Amino acid sequence: MRTAFRIATALLWLGVAHAEGPGPRATGDLGIIVEREHGSLQLIETSGNSILAKISGLGDLSHASAVFSRDERFAYVFGRDGGLTKVDMLERKIVGRVVQSGNSIGGAISQDGSLVAVSNYTPGGVKVFDARTLELVADIPAEFAKGKLSKVVGLVDAPGNRFVFSLWDAGEIWVADLSTPAKPVVDKYLDIGRNPYDGIITPDGRYYIAGLFGDDGLALLDLWQPQNGVKRILPGYGKGEEKLPVYKMPHLEGWAMVGGHAYLPAVGRHEVLVVDMSSWQVVKRIPARGQPVFVVGQPSGRHVWVNFAFPDNQYIQVIDTLDQRIVKTLEPGKGVLHLEFEPRGGEVWVSVRDLDQIHVYDTASYERQSLIESRKPSGIFLTPRAHRIGL
Amino acid sequence: MPALSFFSKILPFLLVLSAGKSLADEARQQELRQLIKHDCGSCHGLTLQGGLGPSLTPERLKPFTPEQLAMTIVHGRPGTAMPPWRPFLSDAEAMWLAQGLKTGELP
Repeated sequence: MRTAFRIATALLWLGVAHAEGPGPRATGDLGIIVEREHGSLQLIETSGNSILAKISGLGDLSHASAVFSRDERFAYVFGRDGGLTKVDMLERKIVGRVVQSGNSIGGAISQDGSLVAVSNYTPGGVKVFDARTLELVADIPAEFAKGKLSKVVGLVDAPGNRFVFSLWDAGEIWVADLSTPAKPVVDKYLDIGRNPYDGIITPDGRYYIAGLFGDDGLALLDLWQPQNGVKRILPGYGKGEEKLPVYKMPHLEGWAMVGGHAYLPAVGRHEVLVVDMSSWQVVKRIPARGQPVFVVGQPSGRHVWVNFAFPDNQYIQVIDTLDQRIVKTLEPGKGVLHLEFEPRGGEVWVSVRDLDQIHVYDTASYERQSLIESRKPSGIFLTPRAHRIGL
Repeated sequence: MPALSFFSKILPFLLVLSAGKSLADEARQQELRQLIKHDCGSCHGLTLQGGLGPSLTPERLKPFTPEQLAMTIVHGRPGTAMPPWRPFLSDAEAMWLAQGLKTGELP
């Protein structure tokens, strides 16, 4: 009996030691999972796939997203209720929080890591905060006509301490240069198309692309040659075809870009588009199980994983980029909201909202490696994002 | 909304007809609550304070009758991002949702 107790104690100790390691802890294998309905985060580690802590008190986290400080210690979480919360992942607690608007949608961190920007629906615009103190540094109302503010979507960071974003109501793309933080210089590109719903910047920081809900095609801005203005790409795509009703707007973040091709979600269609990134022409339309929401490239680039809008959100499909066809369909359960690859791509974390679970899959065998209880999980964010443009 | 005037005339009758079958099914009600919170909520906000779509609080819905709201749910709003939910809802269920929203019982 005593021996058994000793063994149990030893195992317990080993378990703790394995999870935590002796001495100071690094943050490169950490991440957070958003529990959207409960205003809380789960702090996770991806070496042993475990939950390290639970952090509560972040407000309304529906459609929440996060960025990381350049040292990967702090997470900045953007909540729907306008809350911007700074979380210390080593101390495992909230170290700063401001409710900076009535209704917000996302955010970004500047190239130098000193500024955090938040895009807001109400009042429409972008607010920029000191990443250290969360003090307001700049306010950029998205006023597109006298007294009229637009909802802002698709906010990303760009090289040169710039932020780029789109105006849903106005059909504009704005580039804000915050080299002098208190005096932002804003370049505006008008008439880029109706109702841009999200935007992305390519990982090299060159192209900003806004998806258009109200028009065919996408709007492309070459940030290396901004004087050329915004041009419409894929303008003829799907012309004359009836769009299906859209029950969930696609996300552009995480777009797979492999071998000169971009893989992106088609709005209102059960398709993933493959686009040649030199000519910006569609080279293939891959039929899929539903309307894609996230189309995310596995870090190796060999495979692209796709999740879907309601009513097909119980599925995930995997595309082989070698021959651009679907090679696997998984059915984790209803409400697959997000997927995040570990940085070297061996495993992928999937949130399954309606099951209150996180599934971790081996990307080679498609076998589920871990199942983690989580309350209505949505976004999953791992710290290597800290070092990537646009994330 | 001239295009919808035909529906607005007949929908109340349809709804009265189908309302006889009340939503006795607890499980289905639970599904509909889930739908409002998470699927409607993806545009209107989890707490229905609004997002890409307008807020759906009782205050904001005051000017509309339950019939009008049910019709909007079922048919969507052409020309906007609001899709028709017809494939997933009966008229009675749309009416139940509309009333729940107006009274604030939902989500």
